[in-house]
Amino acid sequence: MTATSAPSRGGPLGTLKKIFFPVAPTYLLMIIPAILLFTFFIIYPAIQGMFYSFTNFVGYGTFHSIGFANYKAALSDPTLRDSYGFTVLFAVVACIVTNVVALALAIALNSKIKWRSGLRTVFFMPMVLSGLIVSYIFTFIISTSVPIISAAIHFAPLESNILANQHLAWLGVAFVASWVAIPGAIIIFLAGLTGIPTEVYEAASIDGANAWTKFRRVTFPLLFSFLIINTILSFKNFLNVYDIVVGLTGGGPGTATTSVAQTIFSGFFNGDYAYQMANAVIFFLITLLFAVFQLSVIRRRGGGL
Amino acid sequence: MATEVSTAPVVAAPAVRARRPRRVSEGGRVNWGLTIVVAIVSLIVILPLYFAVAMALKSPAQTGTGTGFNFPWPIQWGNFRAAWDLTDTPLAASMSLLITVIAVVGEILVSALAAWAIVRNWGHWQFRATFGYLMIALFIPFPVVALPQVKLMAAIGLANPFGVAILHIMFNLAFNVLLFSAFIRGIPVELEESARLDGCTTMQTFRRIVLPLLAPISATVGIFAFLQSWNDFQMPRLITANPKFQTLPVVQFLFQDQFTTNINVAFASYLMALLPTLVAFLIAQRWVVSGIMRGSIK
Repeated sequence: MTATSAPSRGGPLGTLKKIFFPVAPTYLLMIIPAILLFTFFIIYPAIQGMFYSFTNFVGYGTFHSIGFANYKAALSDPTLRDSYGFTVLFAVVACIVTNVVALALAIALNSKIKWRSGLRTVFFMPMVLSGLIVSYIFTFIISTSVPIISAAIHFAPLESNILANQHLAWLGVAFVASWVAIPGAIIIFLAGLTGIPTEVYEAASIDGANAWTKFRRVTFPLLFSFLIINTILSFKNFLNVYDIVVGLTGGGPGTATTSVAQTIFSGFFNGDYAYQMANAVIFFLITLLFAVFQLSVIRRRGGGL
Repeated sequence: MATEVSTAPVVAAPAVRARRPRRVSEGGRVNWGLTIVVAIVSLIVILPLYFAVAMALKSPAQTGTGTGFNFPWPIQWGNFRAAWDLTDTPLAASMSLLITVIAVVGEILVSALAAWAIVRNWGHWQFRATFGYLMIALFIPFPVVALPQVKLMAAIGLANPFGVAILHIMFNLAFNVLLFSAFIRGIPVELEESARLDGCTTMQTFRRIVLPLLAPISATVGIFAFLQSWNDFQMPRLITANPKFQTLPVVQFLFQDQFTTNINVAFASYLMALLPTLVAFLIAQRWVVSGIMRGSIK
């Protein structure tokens, strides 16, 4: 953190000036507009929303404070509980699938295979595609093509459209979300793999290590910090899932795959504005809790990322 | 995808590029077994994309009762024409482009300036506090503030693509400042000091000396901004009031009902929305990949 501070120009006004104009005005011009815009567009709505969550505001007209009533109602609302259940289950499963598959593919794409750069390109492609449109494509594949193919090969589990099945639709969402997220995770793992010196593997070979031992004793420990980065990034994105649910199931069948983000946005339509703001605050606290938990895991490992 | 701001990117990277890896890892022999496995697995990516292309080139009759994977023959180019007219693709594409251009330029300039001012004045608590203040946004995902934000944008007349672009810049400010400041700390101050001795003002120093040095990290920020803004669905959908000014992904959403009557036109429309990022990626793959590596590990 070594940075030079601009020469402070004390002058007769002394401390007052030092506090408010400690540096050349140009620097202040670079930063004050950013602070003001940021406060106005992000922080102000956030505080405003928190304020409304303690009222009975419906989005227009008059309102008055109702204390914690919205929070009490939210905590005993079965619809909300289901959406949190779906979102967290989905996020955990998609996060595991994404990281396991991406790690395996990254190792494969880093080894001596034919057409390596071409295959990398193929695996990277989903990363740049719109999640919503990818979901529309998969909706048609899963609901129409997969059942026909499954019937032809007598593969019972996929003969009916799983997106229309209340208990299985979330698997479809997890599959497509992972399909979109895996390339980014592969890239991060590849960055980690290229940093492992070949000598380490040569030494392991001399000691008689086989491929599995090399993975367990060399690759995995050295990639662990990248695994943590990937877990944090992907889990946070999965918790906020929206596009893919909208494109794939619309939250259905029924409300089986309604994500938390969707329930919050429903506050625009049902006069639930203040109620859904309470939901948003709860969601924020849960997100924060996960972030703090993940950061503490990192710190416990000595911050040795 | 929408605003993906990382929660915890404050992790110091290990020396990733410390040493150049040798191209050939163990021995010089191609692992054919693994090649075949990887090639087969790659079908999970290729087949859905082939499916989309095949569907876009068929007539409803050719789609028929098949699996949808059969080869489109004879090719029906007309679907693209129909989709182009039905969804007013040029207008939607120009809205997407407008938001993306403002977001890319805005994110690079606003966060580069802020990060430079912060890093070069790190000795003053005001600038350290500013840095901490901006970082709050890392923990605020869009859904949490969406409801009041939509009302705010409508109240100040920004319920339009400009408002969406401003929000893209603001939501990514924290992450971008983080990326830029990590990069700027590695630039020697001496370069800037000599520029000042030559009579450059602070702004000239930034423009002539600092900004060119920031090119690699600006590319990273720009690539993230481009992909996010072009593909974003939830912000334009919620912020932009007039459906005429909607972006490509939202237009796909708005036309779902009309698409069900002709699924092939729908796929032609999907493809037209997907192609720009895909083509850009295939052309600039090297930079995109290294940019994302730099961005995620910093």
